[in-house]
Amino acid sequence: MLDTADARTGGRRQFRLRRPGPGTLVRAAVVTGLLLILLFAAPALLSAYYVDSMTQVAVYAMLAIGLGLLVGRVGLVSLGQIAVFAIGAWVTARLLFATSQPYPLVLLEAGASTMAVGTLVGLPALRLRGLYLALITLMLAGAFSIVLATTNFPNGGHGFLGYNGSSVHIPPIRRPSIATTDPAYFRYAVVVAALMFALVYAHIRTRPGRAWIAIRQSEPAAIAAGINTTLYKLWAFALASFITGVAGGIYAGAVHFLYSIDFPAQDSIILLAVVLMGGVYSMWGAIVAAFLLQLLPALLNDWGVSADWLTILFGVGVLQVLTTAPAGLVDQVPKDLARLGRLILRSTGPRHRQGVSEHDRG
Amino acid sequence: MIEVKDLTVRFGGVTSLDSMNVTFEPGTCGLIGPNGAGKTTFFNVLSGFVRPASGSVRAFGDDLLSVVHFRRARWGLRRTFQTEQAIEDLSVYDNVAIVHEHARQGGTARRRDVLDAISFAGLDVDPRAKVGTLGAGQRRLVELARAVVGRPKLVLLDEPAAGLPDEETRNLADVIGRIPSRTGALTILVDHDMSLVSACCQTTAVLDFGRLIASGPTAEVLRDEQVTRAYLGTADVT
Repeated sequence: MLDTADARTGGRRQFRLRRPGPGTLVRAAVVTGLLLILLFAAPALLSAYYVDSMTQVAVYAMLAIGLGLLVGRVGLVSLGQIAVFAIGAWVTARLLFATSQPYPLVLLEAGASTMAVGTLVGLPALRLRGLYLALITLMLAGAFSIVLATTNFPNGGHGFLGYNGSSVHIPPIRRPSIATTDPAYFRYAVVVAALMFALVYAHIRTRPGRAWIAIRQSEPAAIAAGINTTLYKLWAFALASFITGVAGGIYAGAVHFLYSIDFPAQDSIILLAVVLMGGVYSMWGAIVAAFLLQLLPALLNDWGVSADWLTILFGVGVLQVLTTAPAGLVDQVPKDLARLGRLILRSTGPRHRQGVSEHDRG
Repeated sequence: MIEVKDLTVRFGGVTSLDSMNVTFEPGTCGLIGPNGAGKTTFFNVLSGFVRPASGSVRAFGDDLLSVVHFRRARWGLRRTFQTEQAIEDLSVYDNVAIVHEHARQGGTARRRDVLDAISFAGLDVDPRAKVGTLGAGQRRLVELARAVVGRPKLVLLDEPAAGLPDEETRNLADVIGRIPSRTGALTILVDHDMSLVSACCQTTAVLDFGRLIASGPTAEVLRDEQVTRAYLGTADVT
């Protein structure tokens, strides 16, 4: 056993918690680089069709990070995310038609509304987990889609609902004045999504993130450590719902016209499957999921392949992930590529063996 | 000092604790008894996971049972679990710091307190290492560091040496024995390993079928005939 004083100084010598390592700097550089490409190169290089679908990727990245937060960080499965998304879009549309508030303020208000609703939905989560929580949230989402089908989305009409069934000329939902064109709105969506990711990052790297990890592993142990599990579970629901609501707000501006059939309750199930496929323990997983959900169908359409094949692909994919890679594609693919690379290097002959083993060590 | 009065816990028709009356004096106290005697149930009452049917627990003048469960860490309660519960996805440092953070005790000197607790537990690993990468013995030490960080008043150790080889158990015994002198906390140790209990505990209480059947200095209690019978069964079994 170490002498206490020695161990203490030894611990201090080798121990720098707060200083970012080279890995962190590389990661920050990669993120900044990708953002710059998305903001400046992508709108110029992509056709109008792909700019549209990339805007949807940004929207779905927010949806995915919200659900990934609940599932991956806290261990709460929600199948009601599309309903929360729809509420965010609804509130945004209503406020944009009724007032002349700036778009960011409307987004915040939409996020605040869904945060309130989401926290209410989260109340059962205090008692339920796993399958039962998933069931409750799915049924709430199903109930909401019925409400939505009868009330419809606001389209510039009067009253609380703002729906005018007889109108011949339906005004489009407005966009922020700085982002009226499609490429500009795409940039706007990327910036908002980046902010939401930063918000999640700030949470998972600090006190709430640690508390969520503790709750995910064992609630009794978390309570014994002094963690208010009720507060932190509701906090997770509030944060995820806020982000999902903001995503709804960005969606409303992107499509200009909202219809209740665009928000079927079963989309929440596909969302969960693909988020699991992407990987729920990493924020990159949410981005992978968003590409799978929005860019892949656009590509298939472009190539003349029916997007219905995706349901099968996602089914196989989620099965694959659940059985062989619980951390999702974002964890599995780099590992498999590295393995493949080593295999190729090794098969190029014995004279390279020295180099290979060095590579392995590195 | 912990005074337990007429503590009764029932699960349906099963009485897990049957008007238990016992006093724990400062220092390290053993709590032993056969499987199902109610030892863990007693810990769960103290932690707030189980609500007793009747009875009271006064701990250092406070009515412990009236404190909400998650606030008991702030009050000064720490515990480990029979199946070790160090958090795999957090570093050793964060595992200990999370208790400090939520117990809100001495928040100004968190880093020093946490590193002190880690070295007190005798953990010779990088504090940044993920607990998931550690072996069973080291994880037990992480739990122990979690149990002594901050200003604990009462430390409950539920079979901390379960599954450990003898050498690591001796190591653990040394650390456990030093908890009261270092932190001033009253420590209650539940274990089936009598050598660990006799090495760490000045006094020991014995539970059998939810009833307290003996308590006193450890050596005397372990010699008590009634205790031997309850614990080992009748002589012809051995």
